[in-house]
Amino acid sequence: MYVAVKGGERAIENAHGWLAEERRGDTDVAELTVPQIREQLKLAVNRVMAEGSLYDPDLAALAIKQSRGDLIEAIFLIRAYRTTLPRFGASVPVETGKMACDRRISATFKDAPGGQVLGPTFDYTHRLLDFKLAAEEDVPSAAEAEARTAATPHITSFLQGEDIIQREPVSDDAPGDLTREPLSFPAGRDVRLQSLARGDEGFVLGVAYSTQRGYARNHAFVGELRIGRVAVEMEVPELGFAIDIGEIELTECETVNQFKGSKTEPPQFTRGYGLIFGQSERKAIAMALVDRALRWEELGEDNVGAVAQDEEFVLSHADNIQATGFLEHIKLPHYVDFQSELELVRKLRREATGKMQEAAE
Amino acid sequence: MGLLARSKDADLLGLWRTYGDTPAFTWLRSPETGGVMVRGRMGGSGASFNVGEMTVTRCSLSLAEGQVGHAYVQGRSKSKAEAAALIDALMQTAATDAVRSAILNPLAALESEARNTRARKAAATKVDFFTLARGED
Repeated sequence: MYVAVKGGERAIENAHGWLAEERRGDTDVAELTVPQIREQLKLAVNRVMAEGSLYDPDLAALAIKQSRGDLIEAIFLIRAYRTTLPRFGASVPVETGKMACDRRISATFKDAPGGQVLGPTFDYTHRLLDFKLAAEEDVPSAAEAEARTAATPHITSFLQGEDIIQREPVSDDAPGDLTREPLSFPAGRDVRLQSLARGDEGFVLGVAYSTQRGYARNHAFVGELRIGRVAVEMEVPELGFAIDIGEIELTECETVNQFKGSKTEPPQFTRGYGLIFGQSERKAIAMALVDRALRWEELGEDNVGAVAQDEEFVLSHADNIQATGFLEHIKLPHYVDFQSELELVRKLRREATGKMQEAAE
Repeated sequence: MGLLARSKDADLLGLWRTYGDTPAFTWLRSPETGGVMVRGRMGGSGASFNVGEMTVTRCSLSLAEGQVGHAYVQGRSKSKAEAAALIDALMQTAATDAVRSAILNPLAALESEARNTRARKAAATKVDFFTLARGED
């Protein structure tokens, strides 16, 4: 129960004043600029865009500055801003097959057309702190080689040729939208994917990890992981045709999963899918694993009671803004609630000690 | 219009200022920032789903001679949307060639250079597998 509490205005105002000062930190140290955050803390910016569910690197960088680097607070700011925007419409589904890839790897086919392109990755680094970064110095330019101009086809398209992998049903129906209708169950795969795409990275990672440890194991291979830029097209009513309205960076992961067949499906490879704003491969792989686990019913698999198969559990707890909102509200004044609890416990205690005394006499 | 939408604010506005000739116009719809829901396809090829929104700024205007220009540009810059709509309108006038050579061609060159640079860097990180010779051949 909430009660209107009066007072504390001056304390709140002063607390916010101090917050602003603490945010700035030691004034002998140069102040961070929003472009510095956007360019040099890019993966934090990417996470805020993905979970804030709004692609705008400048806004995400501003939110990170305002939140002092608390990314969930920054995501909260972006979500709040997002609700103030009028919706112009929805894009034509992006063509990830036409992505200009910075990175594209496959754990299943060594010689995939287009090759294994590592891109700017942390993989194969030794995870040793680099003290040279503590000193400012110029970075040598990255090596260049002759650019490929050919398209980079999806790896699963090769398996599809052999008809040994599950086909994705094609449809142009408008998908469900969590930002417009509240979640209801059973949710379709469209809503599940939207929820996972904006879900908390740590939560999605944890659920995905649980499938690897044996809770609804689904033997995932990373069929393909790609990071790069795609054009976003939208039908514009004034023009009567679709135009590019921008270009965004995406990470896409397709898993290829072992599947012995079920009551309804022949033995084949099945698939999980992850698509995330920005460069965020941990989240994209995790999303694909959880997506695959949640498809148990469609594939006629047994429900073994694992968390990763429980759509209602996963979708209801993936959103860190909902979670933190409910969790953190318990620190706000609950004086009257607690007062009544206190009265109750005192009364019960009086009765209990009274009975004990009677028994002793 | 795609080129204008994708361009960096500073690139487009820089070229527009250099072009220098802002014609008289009236707003049909003054610049407004909103969101567009970006969709993807399940498995890259299947049914669609919503990934998240992006910011877009749009506007429409008409020149004194009646040509109508529209803009939908990525981000929140109202001046970028205005410049893009004016360029769209000017492309329907006698200024077409001048606008193309002063703005659109340089913008396309900047975009293609930026893309090629990334593609060349990516190509340098492509793995060349080799197998060590073993046993008798």
